Amino acid sequence: MAIKAMTSKEVTKKVFNKEKLFVLDVRNESDFQDWKIEGENFQYLNIPYFELLDGVEGIMDKIPAEQEVLVVCAKEGSSVMVAEMLSDAGLDVFYLQGGMKAWSEHLEPVKVGDLKDGGELYQFVRIGKGCLSYMVLSNGEAALIDATRMTDIYLDFAKSKNAKITHVFDTHLHADHISGGRVIAEKTNATYWLPPKDATEVTFDYEPLEGGNDVSIGETKINIHSLYSPGHTIGSTSFVVDDQFLLSGDILFIDSIGRPDLAGLAEDWVGDLRESLYSRYRELSEELIVLPAHFMIIDELNEDGSVAEKLGVLFAKNHGLNIEDENEFRKLVTENLPPQPNAYQQIRETNMGKISPDTEKQREMEIGPNRCAVR
Amino acid sequence: MEANKVLDAKGLACPMPIVKTKKAMAELESGQVLEIHATDKGAKNDLAAWAKSGGHELVKHEEESDVLKFWIKKG
Repeated sequence: MAIKAMTSKEVTKKVFNKEKLFVLDVRNESDFQDWKIEGENFQYLNIPYFELLDGVEGIMDKIPAEQEVLVVCAKEGSSVMVAEMLSDAGLDVFYLQGGMKAWSEHLEPVKVGDLKDGGELYQFVRIGKGCLSYMVLSNGEAALIDATRMTDIYLDFAKSKNAKITHVFDTHLHADHISGGRVIAEKTNATYWLPPKDATEVTFDYEPLEGGNDVSIGETKINIHSLYSPGHTIGSTSFVVDDQFLLSGDILFIDSIGRPDLAGLAEDWVGDLRESLYSRYRELSEELIVLPAHFMIIDELNEDGSVAEKLGVLFAKNHGLNIEDENEFRKLVTENLPPQPNAYQQIRETNMGKISPDTEKQREMEIGPNRCAVR
Repeated sequence: MEANKVLDAKGLACPMPIVKTKKAMAELESGQVLEIHATDKGAKNDLAAWAKSGGHELVKHEEESDVLKFWIKKG
């Protein structure tokens, strides 16, 4: 029997299409518990590769014969070893090309809408980690919002659309992933916008992004209107694109809201968070399509893989937007918070330009799921 | 710490550090100590988990520049 590589792109397709897949994850138990490939119809078996060195006979009866089997490890090596053993034992199996490292770095572009004057808006779904970034395209120009460090993907995508990247935004100083914004801006000579209140310690030049700023993309003037919406960080800024889309950064998600404790004390910002969600957002049109900077669970994905929902629907359904009592709200966002993201302080310092870890180190810092929300 | 045997697994990627450790361990007597040098970051959690599941004891762990060092006592 043979072994074959399955790419992160192919696995992503199975997640989007809700296909079945049997995932044999051969990383150690704690790594598996912390973070794994999520799919609605995926089944899992976690047996560390080092318990299979003497053979796979002991697990053969746990692996379904009629289903596609994907062996997964951290960087590929161990999954190839185990896949070969399973193949020798008579099974056709796949291994995940590049392992969880590649899974964490895969970005899937999904078109979320057309703009009024012929432009397009794409969401880049970082399926393994839950980060969402955006490209606004209009008349040969492109703007990027909350880009990840996999900068080539955006540069190549813009090129394939014959667009020049002219503006790069970060909605806030990220604590869960390393921003690609500055690198992309340097490579393309684009303007790099950051909220100044989040950027007091940055070591590079940037354009201060203030609430009320309007930026046009392409000759057809696709408008990006910024809205100061502090709470997750003190500088957090949202964008209204083309009067249709609300890019909410890490303030509002589909099924959760932002956590206020990653860049300071939760207690200090809980009032800002409430003000942004319960007053400022309330003044906006309920028809706006909310496009957040993260998803937390796979259930937040739409049929086409996008993560988007009308603001009015979120006002009705998102628990975090429906807590009338201020004390109860305060408790929700300051107590029982999920663990903080891996290496989040180092990630913040990298995004400020204070430290410059190499790619391998950056990968390691970003390992695991994002944890920017409270439900 | 006194080791009965030293295994150089530097530059090896997963799963090789553990494959080699397992082999080297088989040649030791119960109570003897194997010292392992590795550079693969994943070795840290994996060696600890492997030792535990095999009934061995991870006695000590150090990081020297980019080299991870482990001392495992055979169970």
